[in-house]
Amino acid sequence: MPAKTIYSVCGMCPVRCPIEVDVENEQCRFIQGNRQAPSIRGALCTRGAAGIPFVRDDERPQFPMVRKGERGEGRWQRVSWEEAFSFAAEKIAAARDRYGGRSLLWSDTGGPFSDLRQAFVRGLGSPNYFSAESVHGVNRQHAALSLFGFSDDRLVLDLKHAREVVLQARNLFESVHIQQANDLLDSLENGGRLTVVDVRATVTSGKADRFFLIRPGTDYTLNMAVIQILLKRKLYDAAYAEKWIADLDELGRLTAGFSPQVAEAETGIPAADIEALAQDLAKAAPQVIWHPGWRTARYTDSFFVCRTALIINVLLGSVGARGGLPLSSRPEDLGQKGLSRLTDLYPAVTEQRADGVGWKYPAFEGGPGLLHTALGAIHSHDPYPIKACVTYQHDPLAELPDPEKLASILAGLDLLVCVTSAWSETAWNADLVLPLSPYLERESLIAQLDGIRPGFLLRRRCVSPRFDTRSDWEIIGGLAQRLGLSSLAFGSAEDIWKFQLDGTGVRLQDFDAKGMVDLTGQPQYSRLTEGFRFPTDSGKIEMVSFRWRRQGLPSLGSYVPKSHPAAGMFRLILGGCGLHSEGDTVNNPLLHKQMPENVLWLNQAAAAALDIADGETVAVSVQDRSGRIRVRLSEFIHPEAAFTVTGFGRTLPPESRALGRGLAANRLMPGGLDIGDPSGGGLALQEHEITVRKL
Amino acid sequence: MSKHMIRHDPQRCISCKACEVHCQVKNRTAAAVKPGALITAGPDRLLDKVQVLSAFRPCFHCEKPWCVAVCPTGAMVKRAEDGFVHVVRALCVGCRACVGACPWKVPQWDESTGRVVKCDGCFDRVMQGCEPACVAGCTTHALSFSRPNENVRKVRLLYAKSLLVEKKSG
Repeated sequence: MPAKTIYSVCGMCPVRCPIEVDVENEQCRFIQGNRQAPSIRGALCTRGAAGIPFVRDDERPQFPMVRKGERGEGRWQRVSWEEAFSFAAEKIAAARDRYGGRSLLWSDTGGPFSDLRQAFVRGLGSPNYFSAESVHGVNRQHAALSLFGFSDDRLVLDLKHAREVVLQARNLFESVHIQQANDLLDSLENGGRLTVVDVRATVTSGKADRFFLIRPGTDYTLNMAVIQILLKRKLYDAAYAEKWIADLDELGRLTAGFSPQVAEAETGIPAADIEALAQDLAKAAPQVIWHPGWRTARYTDSFFVCRTALIINVLLGSVGARGGLPLSSRPEDLGQKGLSRLTDLYPAVTEQRADGVGWKYPAFEGGPGLLHTALGAIHSHDPYPIKACVTYQHDPLAELPDPEKLASILAGLDLLVCVTSAWSETAWNADLVLPLSPYLERESLIAQLDGIRPGFLLRRRCVSPRFDTRSDWEIIGGLAQRLGLSSLAFGSAEDIWKFQLDGTGVRLQDFDAKGMVDLTGQPQYSRLTEGFRFPTDSGKIEMVSFRWRRQGLPSLGSYVPKSHPAAGMFRLILGGCGLHSEGDTVNNPLLHKQMPENVLWLNQAAAAALDIADGETVAVSVQDRSGRIRVRLSEFIHPEAAFTVTGFGRTLPPESRALGRGLAANRLMPGGLDIGDPSGGGLALQEHEITVRKL
Repeated sequence: MSKHMIRHDPQRCISCKACEVHCQVKNRTAAAVKPGALITAGPDRLLDKVQVLSAFRPCFHCEKPWCVAVCPTGAMVKRAEDGFVHVVRALCVGCRACVGACPWKVPQWDESTGRVVKCDGCFDRVMQGCEPACVAGCTTHALSFSRPNENVRKVRLLYAKSLLVEKKSG
C-alpha cells in the first residue's frame, strides 16, 4: 500500500482541483481529489483520474528539441537544456535589441500559477502577455467590467445555496467543474430548481426542471425579454435597485422592443414559459444565479448576452448575496497579507499593447487580452512588429479559428518557442520545444485563491520526471538568467515559495496537513454594505456604461436577427465534454479509449431530409474547407444546429492514438480570426454555417 | 454478496465515467478492460423528461458466485473475511469459463495478458480503511460504499418518504 500520500494540484484542465496522490517506489499509484478540501471532498473527474496514464505515456516531448527542417515538417534535433536556453535567449535578445522588448508575445494557459511567467514578460519590457481566457472569457470579463467596474473573477457562483439556477449555454455536468457540479447537485437535492437554456439536450438539461431548447444565436432576445418582464411587472428588487443601480429607466427604454412574444418568435421558446421563469426567479430572489456563460466567444452579440445575464442577477439582488453571486474576498479584505508577487520586482510596462487594449480600445482592460488581435501584428506590423512568441501550455493553432491563416501569420515570426508537457499543434510548428514536466512530476508556484474561502494552494512534485523535462520555474529561471533577469532565477522551488510567503504569516510547513491553507475559518460572504462603491464612474452598477460610451460602444445594442440556414446547412455549435480538455487529452491512453473521436450531432428530422442515418460518416464543408465526420442523430437538438466537441482532428505524427481521429472544428471557420464581437472584444466562433452532405 | 456494497445514485450521476477510469488506473488495467462499467443511454424521453440515463455495473460479489464454482483452477476465489470475489492471477489460465458463467458478464477478458480481470472490490484499499477507487474518486459523490443493511435502511426511508410526499401532493 502507499508509502506516502502527497497533496498537490491537478493539471489536466484549467480548473486545477486540489488532489492527493498515493506514491509508492517513485510511482504514482492512485489519485483522487483532496478529501480535506470541503469544495470537492475527494472527488476527481475523469480527466483528473487519467493523470497517471499521462505521466506513463511515452508519446510526449521527452527532451528539448530544435527544429531542423521547415516549420511543421517534424524534423527535430535533440539539444541539451543549456543549448536550448542559449538558443531561445539569443533570439529573444536579438528581437529585443532590434524591435524593443514589446516585440515579444507570450501566450499562456493563465491561472493562479502564472506569476513567474508574467514577471518574466514584464522584466523583458513587453506588455504582451495573454492567457487562454482570451478566447473564451473576454466577453464575460468585459460585460462585468462595463457593469461593475471590475472583472467577472470578482463574482463567485454560490450554487450550493441558490434556489433558482439558470444555465445558459453552460453544460456544467459535461464540461465538468467538480466543485460547481457538486454544489449545484446539493442545491437540487435540497429543493433548488434548475433551468437549462441550450441548443440541445445534454446530461445537464436532463437534470433540469425546465429545459428551453433555444434557436442558436437568439439568446439575447430571451434575456432582454426576461429583463422587460422583471421591470414591467415590478418583480425586481426595488430597494437594491435604488441603492446600487444607475440608469434603471434607460434599461427600461432599451428593452422596450423585447416582449416575450418577440423573444418567442426568435428563440422558439413559448412566451408563457419565459414569463413563468421570470416569475419563479423573482420568488427565489436573491438566491438566484443566471450563469453569465462559460465559453462566451460564440456570437457577434455574446457580450450583450453575458451582460444581460448579469443584469438579470443584478435586478434580482443576487450580486453580493449568499446563494447568488457574492463578491470574492482577497486576503487583504480579511486584514491579511496576500502572496508577494514576483511581477512586482519589475516596473509596470508603459508601452502600448499590441492588441490595442487600453489605448485603441480604452474601454477594454488587460488580463487575458485579445490574443487574436495581437497576433495580427506579426504580419501587419500594426501597431508594431511582433517578432518572438512563446506559448506556455497553450495551443493557439488548436484553439483559435482558422489554423491555416494563423499558421501563415506565425510564419512571420523570427522565433516560436513552445513550453509544453504534451504535444500540441503549435509545438509541432515551433522552432524550439521546451518540454515541461507533467504536473505530477513538477511543482509550481504557490497559488492564491480568492473567493468565499480565500487561501493558498500548493502544487508539490509527486514523482521525479521520467524524461529530460523540467518545471516551469526551472525553465523560466534558465531563460531569465541568460536575459539579465537574474532575480527570477531561483535555486529551488522552496526559495520561490519562501519569497511568496514572506510577510503572510503562513509557513511552508503549514501546507503539510492539507496541501492548502485556509485563511479564514468561515466562508466569507462579502456583501454590499453601506458605503460600498463600485469602481465605475457613477460608483453604482451601470446599466449604461460610461466607460463603453466613451469608446463609442453601445452597452446594449439592438438585436440583429440570426439567419435561418438554408436546406443542408447548419450553424456550427461548439462545446466541451467530460472526457477531454480541448486537444490536451485526446491522445491520453485511457481518455482516448473512452472517446477516440468527436461526432457531429444533428437533428434527426433534419438529417432524414438529407437521407443521413445515425452513425453514418458525412462530408462537411465551408467555402474551401472540408472534412468528414460521423453523425450522431438526436430528436433533441435544434434543427438549425450542428454540434461538435472541439480539440479533435489532430495532425501530429508522434500522437499515434489521436492522429487523424475526428474533425478539427476550428478548421471549418475560414476568416474566423476576423469575426468577433465589437462591443466585447471577444471572438465569435459560432457565426459559421457548414454544409453537410451524404457521402 | 460481500459485506459491503456500492450504491449508485442516478440522481447525482452525471455519466462522466470517472468511476471507470479511477478503477482502471488503480488496478493498472489495459485501456480496453473495465472491471467496473458505467452504462449510459440517451438523451431519451422518460416520463415526459429528456434525460441521460446511467447504471453502474461493478461486481455484485454474489453469495454463491457461479464464476467461482465454474473456475477449473481455483483462480476465482471468494474471500472469507469480507466476501469479495477476485482472481488469483497466477492461477488463471485464461479459459474464460467465468465470463460465460457470470449472469452479469462481470469478469473481463484481457487480451494483452491472456487472463481474466475482475472487480475485486478494491479489497486492498478497503482493508486499509479506504473506499474502492470508483467510489473514492466519483466526480459527484453519486457512488457510495457501505454495509448493505445501512444502505437498505437509508433507501427504504427515502423511498417511503417520497411516497408520502406524492400522496400529500397528489
